[in-house]
Amino acid sequence: MRISIENFTKSFGDTTVIEDMSLEIGDGEMLALLGPSGCGKSTTLFAICGIHRMNAGRLLFGDADVTEVSSQKRNVGVVFQNYALYPHMNVYENIAFPLKVRKESRAEIDRKVQEIAGLVHIGELLRRRPMQLSGGQQQRVALARALIRKPDILLLDEPLANLDAKLRLEMRSEIRRIQLATGITAVLVTHDQVEAMSMCDRIALMDKGRIVQLSTPKDMYENPSSDFVAGFLGNPPIAFLEGAAANGGFRLANSQVTLPVPSGIDMPGEGAPMRFGVRPEFFQPDNPLKVSGKVSFVETQGREELYDVTLENGAVLRSIQSQSAGFRLGEEVSWGIAQDRILAFGPDGNRL
Amino acid sequence: MMSSNFRAWPLFLLLTVLSLPLVTMYVYLFVDTVTDTTAGSLIPDRFTLQHWRFLWEAPETGRVSIWTVTLNTFVFAICTTLVNVSASVTAGYALSRLNMPFKRFFLGGILTLHAFPTITLIISIFLILQMIGLYNTLIGVILVKTALELPFGIWIMKGFFDNVPWEIEMAGLQDGASRFTVWWKLVLPQVQPGIAALAVFVFLSAWSEFILPQVLAPSGSAQVLSTYLSNLIFDDVKPDFNMFKSVGVFYALPVIVIYLIFNRQLMNIYGGGTKG
Repeated sequence: MRISIENFTKSFGDTTVIEDMSLEIGDGEMLALLGPSGCGKSTTLFAICGIHRMNAGRLLFGDADVTEVSSQKRNVGVVFQNYALYPHMNVYENIAFPLKVRKESRAEIDRKVQEIAGLVHIGELLRRRPMQLSGGQQQRVALARALIRKPDILLLDEPLANLDAKLRLEMRSEIRRIQLATGITAVLVTHDQVEAMSMCDRIALMDKGRIVQLSTPKDMYENPSSDFVAGFLGNPPIAFLEGAAANGGFRLANSQVTLPVPSGIDMPGEGAPMRFGVRPEFFQPDNPLKVSGKVSFVETQGREELYDVTLENGAVLRSIQSQSAGFRLGEEVSWGIAQDRILAFGPDGNRL
Repeated sequence: MMSSNFRAWPLFLLLTVLSLPLVTMYVYLFVDTVTDTTAGSLIPDRFTLQHWRFLWEAPETGRVSIWTVTLNTFVFAICTTLVNVSASVTAGYALSRLNMPFKRFFLGGILTLHAFPTITLIISIFLILQMIGLYNTLIGVILVKTALELPFGIWIMKGFFDNVPWEIEMAGLQDGASRFTVWWKLVLPQVQPGIAALAVFVFLSAWSEFILPQVLAPSGSAQVLSTYLSNLIFDDVKPDFNMFKSVGVFYALPVIVIYLIFNRQLMNIYGGGTKG
């Protein structure tokens, strides 16, 4: 079901957390609310499910205005960060609880629980207590409980934050599989850009209560609207070069080196401060636009190696290369930047 | 092999010597109820059950049967427990979770009342009970005892509710349950150890209560065991100390049994009431 948030404002006491935010989430879409902690992403989620009242604005599910509808009547399934399973009930009772509240018949409940337990692969765990389950299993139970009454919308609040690295990978694809299988509209709140990029159709990147950019993962990665977005997405992260506009080019701070700017950008006035963002994969030995420096850090990641190169003026560029490269710490290198992949940002941080 | 930093036996010896008087007292409290040992002698002379005759003989004129008194004591302790626990779980939840006016005032008031020496109120309570006609009735004592114990109960239950994660309630609401269902079906089971501990605690406290029944329901059919015991020793022309001891043991038995059964739950409260 389509979700529309219109001019949403939320404040707690005197602090306004979210001001005049609008967002549209399409039917069957999985959208990530991504941002650093305190950016208002969880507040937005809790407003959608009705735990927080909106101070101003409207919320529509499909064409129905649900701004004033209580949580119980919104038909939204939520998976909480700590799963919030009911510790005194076993898995079966946990999943059946939403149906029990609605006083459905015993046979009907049983059929539905078995069906959803099969979907999330916990059929053999139904008699266990939450305490006797691993993190990943608890996660599946929480998903099953959220999905059992066929909600219009599924909300996931940092669902993978409490899992270890390997399970996180597994549950990432599991949640996406289940979301696609049920065709439900889903909103995922996360601070982890990898989760957001790998699981969702679109990402809304938030900062300080505003949506900074709303776009598909690929587009957001390749065309960030500001240096904040560019810095938030990508692992290993993008490296920034400080400098200023000079003679139609970009002069590095504290240096005589001038680099050409990517084609087709609006240059700011002469001498205005600028930043260049260079992603590690676009700083490689065989690219033409050479800069020289010294390898100051080497990190082996298995399949790849990550190098930090400190330039003469002290700025650091990152490069990620295949294992065979074998550069050593302290080595003087002269590697190249892919000129058309440089992301140039103006004095206000916005993309040029 | 168990290794320790110090030898254990000197400690045991010291503890034995220190607790010997206590143990002796308890042993002879029991021994004296079934023998006719003369005062000052440590050797029991013969076995007799005549000091327990109050259990089966008809009471002397002007006295109430021990069974009526025992029943009274149970009614008193159980009613106090029920009223106290039901008020504590609702009030504790409200103070812990509901966004209500004057919350800080209520919390402060409860703490103050908890620390207040309630015995100073006894005269005014006496007057009030007389005025509304509840003097010398069990209901009157139950109400007063409950009211005086309530601040403690509310405070303890609030502590237990504070430890229930918010997400459980949010999840319940999201699952479509009403606020009441959430409280009843999801939150109360989480604080069950607290409820059990509080119930046992209040029961024991009411069971051993003496001053309130003594002042507010001293005579007749509203007597409880503690006042019965005290009447036994004060009223008699020739006091029967061994019978007094027997009634004392009889009075203490339920406490011992309850304590043995529920000591783990009681630890929850004495341990600070923080573990839910």
